[in-house]
Amino acid sequence: MRRVYLDHSATTPVRPEVLDAMLPFLKEDAFGNPSTIYSYGREAKKALDEAREKVAGLIGARPEEIFFTSGGTEADNLALIGTATANEKKGRHIITSSIEHHAVLHTAQYLMRLGFKVTFLPVTPEGLVRVEDVEEAITPETILISVMHVNNEVGTIQPIKEIGQLARERGIIFHTDAVQSVGKIPVNVDELNVDLLSASGHKIYGPKGVGCLYIRKGTRINPLLHGGAQERKRRPGTENMPGIVGFGRAAELAGQELPQEMKRLQALRDKLIDGILNRIEDVQLNGDREKRVATNANFSFRYVEGESLLLSLDMKGICASSGSACTSGSLDPSHVLLAMGIPHEVAHGSVRMTLGRDNTEADIDYVLEVMPEIVARLRAMSPLYNR
Amino acid sequence: MSRVYSEKVMDHFTNPRNVGEIENPSGVGEVGNPVCGDIMRLYIQVEDGIIKDCKFKTFGCGAAIATSSMVTEMVKGKTIEEALQITNKAVAEALDGLPAQKMHCSNLAADALHKAIEDYRNRNKKAS
Repeated sequence: MRRVYLDHSATTPVRPEVLDAMLPFLKEDAFGNPSTIYSYGREAKKALDEAREKVAGLIGARPEEIFFTSGGTEADNLALIGTATANEKKGRHIITSSIEHHAVLHTAQYLMRLGFKVTFLPVTPEGLVRVEDVEEAITPETILISVMHVNNEVGTIQPIKEIGQLARERGIIFHTDAVQSVGKIPVNVDELNVDLLSASGHKIYGPKGVGCLYIRKGTRINPLLHGGAQERKRRPGTENMPGIVGFGRAAELAGQELPQEMKRLQALRDKLIDGILNRIEDVQLNGDREKRVATNANFSFRYVEGESLLLSLDMKGICASSGSACTSGSLDPSHVLLAMGIPHEVAHGSVRMTLGRDNTEADIDYVLEVMPEIVARLRAMSPLYNR
Repeated sequence: MSRVYSEKVMDHFTNPRNVGEIENPSGVGEVGNPVCGDIMRLYIQVEDGIIKDCKFKTFGCGAAIATSSMVTEMVKGKTIEEALQITNKAVAEALDGLPAQKMHCSNLAADALHKAIEDYRNRNKKAS
């Protein structure tokens, strides 16, 4: 059966070039600990430095501002908890948005339990944070603002540059979770005015288990972990060398291919969006159409439930995800769709399709061919559908 | 996802039995609501105290659709008293089980059946 993978925002396969770069670091030729002084260690240290340069290059940072972590979740935790505890004498107020990834949302809630105050900003029906709302939320107590660059569910691109400008004027540390933007749209830490930025390896055809936090020089932050001098004491622990080298290579390739790949995927995405909206009735696109990453399409199909759609798609070899309660693992559908004011029953019928390197026009044609019959079959079963 | 569902669940999801409505049914039962993501509507046709026909319409996940389909198969030909003995647990067992998190939210088909029987009894009360 034909297989079409449309869940690239969940994870991506490791590219062959990336795997080739990683393998020596798992084997006897280059297994060394970069903290050691002999040849194996020096070779590892050199590879670590090169990977750091490559990741820094992708986001316009200096290599010494890149701190490797176990992934995006750890980077977000380090950004929030590390700055909150290091700056609490200045104030105990944090601003974030209501559509963040749980790695930020749940960490913010944890900080609330420690006594910090957190403002969760609303978003527009299109899934965008308003700069005015950020400005209004700032108090003399505010020490940190954290707003994601690209939303993982609806793909909306947030006004990071403008929020960063505001934060800088007020002397507030600004973090962005850029896990869904790095490698997919141009990211430059200076242009975006960010002090902290989280990125992940496995979203850009690198391995799982590696990511980084960019920390602008001079930003006050405490480590989460203690016990060594690695990553300049901000992230102790022997470095995940295969992962870091793979992340570096993936970042390098993503940077080289970004302009043409962005253009290609945007054309595929538009074909998918227009095709679905034209072929099926009672469908809406969730998230702003223009301020949207080239890889994301998110629809709500009225009168049907998301998990049923995913099961049906899976039987046709199509891999996608949903914001329905059944797939979120809770009783409520996606917090992102609810924050956008989308009613529960419409959020339950959402399907996210995220494109990537391996997708072709023929994949999109196939999805457009099978989707109408899948939706029609489920609607024929639905007591909410009366047509 | 399909990994966590049994083959029987997937069979009933893929080829659901008795989908549709009954014209002039003896009773109708509905459970769930669109906010929680599951609605089951069950129609029964009763003749001489026996459930001759049963159809359903369901909005919901794979488990919701499969349990609806299964209960319609289980109930056909049963007396009202026998039908009242069918529990949500029995429906899940007939499907070779459901994932733990589905046992509460999406396993309501027997409740819909009991509501349909209640509706049937209320209608008959009024008639007599």
